[in-house]
Amino acid sequence: MSKGKPSAEARPSRSLDGNEAAAYVAHNINEVIAIYPITPSSSMGEHADAWSAAGKRNIWGTVPLVVEMQSEGGASAAVHGALQTGSLTTTFTASQGLLLMIPSMFKIAGELTPTVFHVSARSVACQALSIFGDHSDVMAVRSTGFGLMASNSIQEIGDLALITQAASLEARVPFVHFFDGFRSSHEIQKVEMLTGDDMRAMIDDELVLAHRRRAMSPDRPVLRGTSQNPDVYFQGRETVNPYYLKCPEIVQKAMDKFAGIVGRQYRLFDYVGAPDAERVVVLMGSGAEAAHEAVEHLAGQGEKVGLIKVRLYRPFSGKHFVAALPETVKVVAALDRTKEPGSPGEPLHLDCVNAVTEAGRRIKVVGGRYGLSSKEFTPAMVKAALDNLTAPQPRSHFTVGIHDDVTKTSLDCDPSFSTEGKDVVRALFYGLGADGTVGANKNSIKIIGDETDNYVQGYFVYDSKRAGAVTVSHLRFGPRPIRSTYLLARASFIGCHQFVFLERQDVLAKAEEGAIFLLNTPYDPDQTWDKIPRSVQQQIIDKKLKFWAINAYDVAKETGMGQRINTIMQTCFFYLSGILPQAEAIAKIKEAIQKTYGHRGDKIVQMNYAAVDRSVAGLKEIQVPAEASSQIEKPPVVPTEAPDFVKEVTAKIIAREGDSIPVSKMPADGTWPSATTQWEKRNIALEIPVWDPQVCIQCGKCSITCPHATIRMKVYDPKLLEGAPPTFKHTQAKGKEFAGLAFTLQVAPEDCTGCGVCVDTCPAKNKAREAERENYKFFLQIPDYDRSRLKIDTVKGSQLLRPLFEYSGACAGCGETPYVKLVSQLFGDRAIIGNATGCSSIYGGNLPTTPYCVNADGRGPTWNNSLFEDCAEFSFGFRLTLDKQMEFARELLAGLKGGIGAELVEALLAADQSTEAGIAQQRARVAELKKKLGGIQDAKAGQLASLADVLVYKSVWAFGGDGWAYDIGYGGLDHVLASGRNVNILVLDTQVYSNTGGQCSKATPRAAVAKFAEGGKPLPKKDLGMLAMTYGNVYVAQVAMGASDVQCVRAFVEAESYPGPSLIIAYSNCIPAHGIDGRTGFRQQKLAVESGAWPLYRFDPRRIAEGKNPLQLDSKPPSIPVKDYAYNETRYTMLTKSKPEEAKRLIELAQQDVDSRWGLYQQLAAMNYGGDGGKG
Amino acid sequence: MDLTTKYMGLSLSNPVVAGASPLSKELDKVKALAEAGAGAIVMHSIFEEQLAQEALALNYYIEQGAESFAESLSHFPPMEAYKVGPELYLENIAAARKAADVPIIASLNGVSLGGWIDYAGKIQQAGADALELNIYLIPTNRKVSGTKIEKAYLDIVKAVRAAVSIPLAVKLSPFFSAPVNMARKLKAAGADALVLFNRFYQPDIDVEKLEVAPRLVLSDSDESRLPMRWIAILFGRVRLSLAATSGVHTGEDAAKLILAGADAVQVVSALLRDGIGQLTKIRDDMAELLAAKGYRSIRKARGVMSQKNCPEPAVFERANYIETLQSYPQSPAAV
Repeated sequence: MSKGKPSAEARPSRSLDGNEAAAYVAHNINEVIAIYPITPSSSMGEHADAWSAAGKRNIWGTVPLVVEMQSEGGASAAVHGALQTGSLTTTFTASQGLLLMIPSMFKIAGELTPTVFHVSARSVACQALSIFGDHSDVMAVRSTGFGLMASNSIQEIGDLALITQAASLEARVPFVHFFDGFRSSHEIQKVEMLTGDDMRAMIDDELVLAHRRRAMSPDRPVLRGTSQNPDVYFQGRETVNPYYLKCPEIVQKAMDKFAGIVGRQYRLFDYVGAPDAERVVVLMGSGAEAAHEAVEHLAGQGEKVGLIKVRLYRPFSGKHFVAALPETVKVVAALDRTKEPGSPGEPLHLDCVNAVTEAGRRIKVVGGRYGLSSKEFTPAMVKAALDNLTAPQPRSHFTVGIHDDVTKTSLDCDPSFSTEGKDVVRALFYGLGADGTVGANKNSIKIIGDETDNYVQGYFVYDSKRAGAVTVSHLRFGPRPIRSTYLLARASFIGCHQFVFLERQDVLAKAEEGAIFLLNTPYDPDQTWDKIPRSVQQQIIDKKLKFWAINAYDVAKETGMGQRINTIMQTCFFYLSGILPQAEAIAKIKEAIQKTYGHRGDKIVQMNYAAVDRSVAGLKEIQVPAEASSQIEKPPVVPTEAPDFVKEVTAKIIAREGDSIPVSKMPADGTWPSATTQWEKRNIALEIPVWDPQVCIQCGKCSITCPHATIRMKVYDPKLLEGAPPTFKHTQAKGKEFAGLAFTLQVAPEDCTGCGVCVDTCPAKNKAREAERENYKFFLQIPDYDRSRLKIDTVKGSQLLRPLFEYSGACAGCGETPYVKLVSQLFGDRAIIGNATGCSSIYGGNLPTTPYCVNADGRGPTWNNSLFEDCAEFSFGFRLTLDKQMEFARELLAGLKGGIGAELVEALLAADQSTEAGIAQQRARVAELKKKLGGIQDAKAGQLASLADVLVYKSVWAFGGDGWAYDIGYGGLDHVLASGRNVNILVLDTQVYSNTGGQCSKATPRAAVAKFAEGGKPLPKKDLGMLAMTYGNVYVAQVAMGASDVQCVRAFVEAESYPGPSLIIAYSNCIPAHGIDGRTGFRQQKLAVESGAWPLYRFDPRRIAEGKNPLQLDSKPPSIPVKDYAYNETRYTMLTKSKPEEAKRLIELAQQDVDSRWGLYQQLAAMNYGGDGGKG
Repeated sequence: MDLTTKYMGLSLSNPVVAGASPLSKELDKVKALAEAGAGAIVMHSIFEEQLAQEALALNYYIEQGAESFAESLSHFPPMEAYKVGPELYLENIAAARKAADVPIIASLNGVSLGGWIDYAGKIQQAGADALELNIYLIPTNRKVSGTKIEKAYLDIVKAVRAAVSIPLAVKLSPFFSAPVNMARKLKAAGADALVLFNRFYQPDIDVEKLEVAPRLVLSDSDESRLPMRWIAILFGRVRLSLAATSGVHTGEDAAKLILAGADAVQVVSALLRDGIGQLTKIRDDMAELLAAKGYRSIRKARGVMSQKNCPEPAVFERANYIETLQSYPQSPAAV
């Protein structure tokens, strides 16, 4: 890209991220937008929806219609339909979402329909899911006939979004316009905004009218979508050739037109570097920016190197590509940000080879892979790729950026190579999600971008855990455009917003000599030096850091800011960095506060102002002694007794050093050990609950509701107390079945998140970490009570079972995890779980450590997350295997009766496994069977030995949220319900897409606000339970543990025991998306039930045979108005504050929904099924 | 009978005023109150503290969990604006003003002096005909004397008086050592009327749950005797309009208060309990009673039984305890 004609009119500069840049143009030049949330593209749809809701018009003066669909498949089909009827239509997506669009994309392209899909390119789930960026999704749509256009920076995203649309209209070739997920979609840069005039000038209205003229209309009917046969299909397919052949020229023409209007000139292939380059790298996406920086630097030093940035990747114009290569080029490295296992090379590589060959140029082309899943891609790696080209036989099919010690593909890299200018200020901030650090840094970037001539860049790294999430902000600003599309390697400013981080990670690793270090300390700044770990002291001394500290908690407390120290630390940053004169900086921070919080009321603004005004006074420079004196050492990442794998792999990931793990240490097929959260002691609770044996009634409520399995109870022989730590608490077990036994309720102090749910749910209402750590350790080694002697369908009985799901990284106080934990307690030792993508798959399987664990026998849930949409069918597949294997095993048993012994075979075949005792007995029989089979020399015995375990009946579960069950996975779920097979489906119904940030689902209740329903959901919640009940042979239960834990436990036990499909719909409060106090989630469940918004019921088809009504209503008629429940939640109250009249109308309708639904349920439950005539 | 009355300079069609209550939150109820014949309508109170709390809570919950996890950097759609300040209240005033052809009196409870002034100004702008200051300071601080508390009341009234020109009523609690003296000071500070008295939500203890919670109990007619006494005493002693509130349930209750010296009587509990139509009945029964006693207008009836005018002024001042005992009907069986 080079500057062409200067722009005629001034365009405003703004600092914004890539998704907003794309959405801004898309919203301006489309009429219909059909969307579905998927990370990292979701915010494009959210922006578009918000703009339309606010009445923002497109360049033709009408407000685009934004519609959320049930899946990406649905979105693309709606786009197809809207295009076919003449609308300018778009969508936004990524990863598997784009893959779900493929069928429609073939159709859209086959029909030569102009459109541009904006894609924040993301890894496709293979051996694991990843939300981060690479090109594996866009590369998977190459064959659809869509054009592919790549943007490398935030400025380019807006520019090329427009250029692509203009070109698509003319070429009639549809396009995917893509940019790298997170690195570009979420990076903030200062850009020049396109004006309405720019967009109007670029889009030829005649082409828009032509598109409309081609639309389907009964006024001029045509037929599309014919079915063709061998005689003509082939010829029909070849008709599109002229369109594709002309397309590159049309795109270039649009680029030239754009240059004429706006001044920035793009080419299909942009060359950067030495005019006489011999070695050239070719790539596309954000990596090209880092490569640009590297090549400029190296060429400046006289190296004959260059870079080709591919912009138009499809249709690929070999002619233009070759023309862009200087005549002097001898060797080219094409770098792909994707992997195609088994291919002769990655796609871009092969395209380059082909282009050079067809052009007859004598250039060697090698290929390499980089940057999968947003793996860092730095100028040092570009240099490594270029250095490789100096070898007489340059390596091809290499990787760069990792250490591949298995197939030795990786190039060596010199990490000290840096192209960062001295004129760039680089600031790094470590904060907590909860303290608002990222928000404040986003404001800082915008202030600096808007108020100074500096170019700015902000990129934010988040945590893999939701509870106690750590954030790292990477900020750059300087006088030249910033192309550094990689994390800071050296920082001139480091802000540590939480003191505890000093012990947990190497906060100062990236500090350069003489950098400023700003620390938020809970101590008096003057006493802070002695409180920091010795290694940190040493770094401060060695690197000659200028060390400043403030007790921001004190300032926050004084000014009513609570935990949010963000504006305080932001003010200190501006003060210390001196980027703006102090008075001006403070004025600008206040302006930003007004902009960010103004609409939430003056109170909030004033509170923040006060925090700003009091910040600088609390800031103190710490005099750094010549020598480190602290006695505080950093603790080891994981305990020494952890397994080797945990020490060698997991610990590195925990310590944020996962980049250094070589390929050989990684599992080849995505198989990981379970039970690893126990090794990651996060210590994030500020307060932990304390058990009072005197008051405790041993009901188990605190244990069943604990979202993190950090409250455990055991009943045991008092003799086992020998050797207990002195503070270990115990009392006599209550209940005659436990006579003479001891009881202990123990908190896991280092795993507790301090959410407070237990305190809120404790009916007794009464409520020293070091000691508790020892106590917990002692507690864990006490043997679990014998499962087969417990009444597991009671709350207390279930809670004496060991949880096989523990210490997950879900939000503190999560409403989903208690149900997951309950399943793990009741059935975990024989459970196979398929998990739909969503919150439950993330806290269930996100590295570094995972919460599903094992009992003393080494048994525990086995778990897999396939996709978002396919969970019911995926889990159904488990059942098919188990049913088939069971059948086969039984056949083999019968056949081998002679060798095994009739008695054992009969017992195995006739086993009653309906109780824990029955299961234990069957396990013993299987063990005996295996022993016997060892002595039988028969291939069938070998077969049976490998299948013997299935003779113990396995519990198949499908877990997922409402987005899955009600929307994207509903078709599959419905089919599984109709199958009659024994699959247990648990819907963790948060009534909103929680994982992707609160988008409306069909489970969202009327009157609640969600993204895509900002005016309040206008229609009632879909009654999934009722739909399932209509089959008559499906066990259905609706539960809310906070309202009735007894009914909940009973429903889970019944569902599991039911020999057909079961559906449990579980009210799951979502703290951030419902906008509630984390402690009160269970109270809200109770109110939901009391109001009738969430009736409890069980529908058990087994009752029909007994002449009883299968439906039992387990909750009382509504006793409080819906609003008494709803208006404790921000999702409802925010509408009363923004659109009060509408809120009133909707809540009245919501009340009607509840009343009529209750009436209907009551009638159903009263129906006569023969037998005793009543409800039974 | 001429029912018109002057209340802090406002001309009312009759002295029965709908007092501050949740009824005025809904426009159709405001209309109904006017149609039922309310002489004026006092809007529900706007509480500065509550608005501040709501804003803080909204902000807290919108930010909760945001910018923490890469997949969900926010959980709610961005709203153009939230009406977390007095906006909704002001809109209600304007709407009520339009919908009902009776004087609309706003009611305000502030926290900070700045809040009182700011909100009062906005209320005037929104078109309120008058403003009732709902001041209550629960004096729990052992260092704060009664004089200081009185001063705080007066400071608020002075500040608001300086900020607005519409008539000002002050709704008082009954807990002043020297109510008459205080009334004169309030007059000097700029008040035009007193509303006697504020019925507080008194906290109650739930023995079962061991919880303390405020509990709203509707008034009964007996409660009107406290305002009755003080209105009777204040009548003619201060140049302030006097409104009675608490315990006005019947036409008789209203008539008594008029006779004691009230310019207006505020009705709340009766409307909440028996419906808005009750207002018409109270007005008509009051008129009938007073007419039966020969009064041709409210003006004539007003204050005839005040301390100043009644045959036995001492009854209002002292010996009530003894009088009550002496007048207690002796049961013949006990003799």
